[in-house]
Amino acid sequence: MKYEEIVHRCFRCGYCKLTSDYTDFNCPAYRKFRFETYSPGGRMWLIRAWLNNEIKNSERFQDILFSCATCANCVEHCVFVFSEDLVNIFIAAREEMVNKGIIPPAVRDYLKNIRINGNPYKEPQDERGKWADGTSVETYKDQDYLFYVGCVGSYDERAKKIARVVGNLLLEAGISIGILGDKEKCDGNEVRALGEAGLFQFLAEENIAYFKELGVKRIITLDPHAFNAFKNDYPGLGGEFEVYHYTQILAPLIKSKKIPLAEYKAKITFHDPCYLGRHNGEYDAPRKILGAIPGVEMVEMEQNRENAFCCGGGGGNFFTDILGGGEDSPNRIRVQGALDTGAQIIAVACPQCAKMMEDAIKSEELDDRLEVLDVAEIVSRALS
Amino acid sequence: MTDITQALAEIVGEGYVSDQPEEAYFYARDPGLMPAHEPDYVVVPKTAEEIQKVVRLANRDKIPIVPMGAGMALTGLVIPLKGGIVIDMKRMTGILAINEKARLVIVEGGISQGLLKAYLEKNYPKLRHSIPDSPATATIAANVMIHGQGRLSQQYGFNSDMVAGLEVVLPSGEICKIGSCSISPDWFSKGAPMPDLSGLFLGWFGATGIITKVALKLYPKKKMRDVEIFITDMEEIVPDIVHELTYTEMVEDITVFAQPLPMIFRDNHHITIFFTGDTDTELEFKRKMVWDALDRFIKSKDGGFMGVPPVMKPTLLDSPQRSVTRFADVKKGGGFEYSGPIILVEKYPECSRKIRELAEKYDLGYSGMARIIGRGHCMMYGFAFTFNRADPDMMERTRKALHEVSEYALEAGGVFWKPTVNEQKMALDKMDPNTRNLMGMIKKNIDPNGIMNPGNWEVN
Ligand SMILES: Cc1cc2nc3c(=O)[nH]c(=O)nc-3n(C[C@H](O)[C@H](O)[C@H](O)COP(=O)(O)OP(=O)(O)OC[C@H]3O[C@@H](n4cnc5c(N)ncnc54)[C@H](O)[C@@H]3O)c2cc1C
Ligand code: SF4
Ligand code: SF4
Repeated sequence: MKYEEIVHRCFRCGYCKLTSDYTDFNCPAYRKFRFETYSPGGRMWLIRAWLNNEIKNSERFQDILFSCATCANCVEHCVFVFSEDLVNIFIAAREEMVNKGIIPPAVRDYLKNIRINGNPYKEPQDERGKWADGTSVETYKDQDYLFYVGCVGSYDERAKKIARVVGNLLLEAGISIGILGDKEKCDGNEVRALGEAGLFQFLAEENIAYFKELGVKRIITLDPHAFNAFKNDYPGLGGEFEVYHYTQILAPLIKSKKIPLAEYKAKITFHDPCYLGRHNGEYDAPRKILGAIPGVEMVEMEQNRENAFCCGGGGGNFFTDILGGGEDSPNRIRVQGALDTGAQIIAVACPQCAKMMEDAIKSEELDDRLEVLDVAEIVSRALS
Repeated sequence: MTDITQALAEIVGEGYVSDQPEEAYFYARDPGLMPAHEPDYVVVPKTAEEIQKVVRLANRDKIPIVPMGAGMALTGLVIPLKGGIVIDMKRMTGILAINEKARLVIVEGGISQGLLKAYLEKNYPKLRHSIPDSPATATIAANVMIHGQGRLSQQYGFNSDMVAGLEVVLPSGEICKIGSCSISPDWFSKGAPMPDLSGLFLGWFGATGIITKVALKLYPKKKMRDVEIFITDMEEIVPDIVHELTYTEMVEDITVFAQPLPMIFRDNHHITIFFTGDTDTELEFKRKMVWDALDRFIKSKDGGFMGVPPVMKPTLLDSPQRSVTRFADVKKGGGFEYSGPIILVEKYPECSRKIRELAEKYDLGYSGMARIIGRGHCMMYGFAFTFNRADPDMMERTRKALHEVSEYALEAGGVFWKPTVNEQKMALDKMDPNTRNLMGMIKKNIDPNGIMNPGNWEVN
């Protein structure tokens, strides 16, 4: 297994499951299951035991490995020099399991759907660009930016709305964008996180080849997950593009008043998406946007920025739901954190987070107290 | 699902009980060097009442029970030597009450040092507890259970001396209050002015009961904190230096370390002196007192203050000091263990020579780390060796070195701190027979079925 030479170095001290100021446990899987085995250190010790044939690839072991949301809290807070490889190690172990074909059914189904249908929803490829119907967003020809939407933004009803708002905003601000429509393919971020390295490479190479064929130089993504794959994984496969999350484009436009905003009175708390924040260090762009809206009062949740508590949707869990369910599911814990701030709106910058938070609000019966809106949706409400 | 698993699930909820190989593997071990032994079940309860029911069930069927905090004692104290049920306490993280004026807090039996620290910093910035340098996940209850020491031990003694009351689930399943809280709504004393029953539990490693609540004394937290390091290459003068420093009554914490790596530390003893103040004037006054106290060693050229480089300060002032944990990876192998006898400060030179001798004999990476307890009444001298978990030979050499430390410590008049089961046996063998009998009587009467952390403090 890749990284095999590191696995034994975990001291199981548990710094990785806390925030930097130790306020609370911050590994979403540990927070839900509460056995040490579900903590980062637990995974390290069990992976080692598995490699040494001391435990088997059981259903529970699979559960333990695939419930990791790849949120990188452990990467941020482990005190040892190998910290940056923790998520890579968990993914490498998943890779081994995928290679042996012994994985949870939900993971198998997800990967199968991507392989067969090109998306996890089993929807036809020619539906992929339909979200843009009725907008002025055009197919990519030679525009300045490719606007890449991803599977969730393309097929999920809630996420499609967000995609439309972002697309419209970018156009209104005079940004030249084009989309791939029914030619768009899965970016593969979750495929990689779920350990299907071969399929990821296939998707990435196809995307890279197609982007190059079209002459794409710059990409704006709707989804931090795609942003992460394009920015961090595609270059290793020959795909060097200028990659932006849409908040990084909007922030300067709002600052320079290219998008003029009127007053919008609301108390808002921002939930950092792990793939924008911890994985890519972008904490400011969404906050700058929200902070620039007249009338908006920003309040921070206790766990924010590099200490943000994951919604539980990362690492494929949005689709496989191994980590979800029950009172201690991460998204429910997170909306309670938002409620504590007194905010009326949880702002998100990721369609997966949006869905996770909305589900949690329903489960917690907070519909009349909290609303989930994408940063772009808030901006659009404040347009003058 | 076995009957017992089912019964445990009815108590703690199905999600919080496991009889699966994965948990059995993990909870069979701690990060130290003691041999593994698997539990049959692991439970993660939320309330004292759940623990009570688990204990009653265990008593009925004579199943061993081992309470566990973060498992950071390193000496195998949470390894279920006879199988049974491991109770992972870490869902019980409540901060139940705080009395700001009396400087007291009541917490649940699974809360970590880190959580309490963060809570106090946010809500009561003028209060602090005596935090040890163990990883921030280590629990308050376990730390007092093993008579830990922390940042305030130089001033106020062992962390267990700072306990102001306990709630304990007895082996019979009764919940028992210890200290003032047994007659008063207020938790301010663990014993005095009555018989101090806390001694029936503290230091017993869970072999006489499970702590579900701890009242802890808190102390003033000054706005500023600083550190100075006095270095000397003469180990024989370290006790005198400590004596002078403790006399000033100006110092928060005193630790001494000596280690061969990194090179800047080689051949010297580093007396690390922490002090606090609310104003620059207070801080500078204390600094001056400390400097004056050690002036004679400077004049005789036996030592001097090392200018602490600004980059090093945050590492030293970090609380808990994460750098201590990082010692585990010196050999790139995720392991360290230390034997930390409690011993007179005057034994520092001997201890220091011993660790060097053993490190050389067994070819090991080491750090000698001492923490002063009370105003120089004694110290914890940590004979710490780092090892590579993937190198069985190095692990075996470390075991041998630690065994020699145990023998040496006992001979030198030390008392084992958080002893392994082997050290417990050595201690019981050496103990005054009447004391040993008393311990046996206590254990037998409190836990007649011998279900509580069996193997520990067993008087045969
Ligand atoms: C890097 C490092 C640095 C350290 N530095 C220090 C230090 O500066 N000062 C210090 O004191 N220690 C230190 N330690 C030792 C140890 O980690 C701490 O004492 C720590 O507080 C132990 O807490 P724990 O929760 O990990 O205990 P555990 O190992 O989980 O438990 C210790 C014992 O207490 C029992 N126990 C646990 N919870 C309960 C309960 N609720 N009721 C009854 N019994 C219970 C267990 O059965 C076991 O016998 C250090 C350790 C490491 C690894
Ligand atoms: S992953 Fe790092 S922080 Fe977490 S238990 Fe292991 S060594 Fe400690
Ligand atoms: S990546 Fe997140 S979920 Fe996974 S082990 Fe680390 S902290 Fe836990």
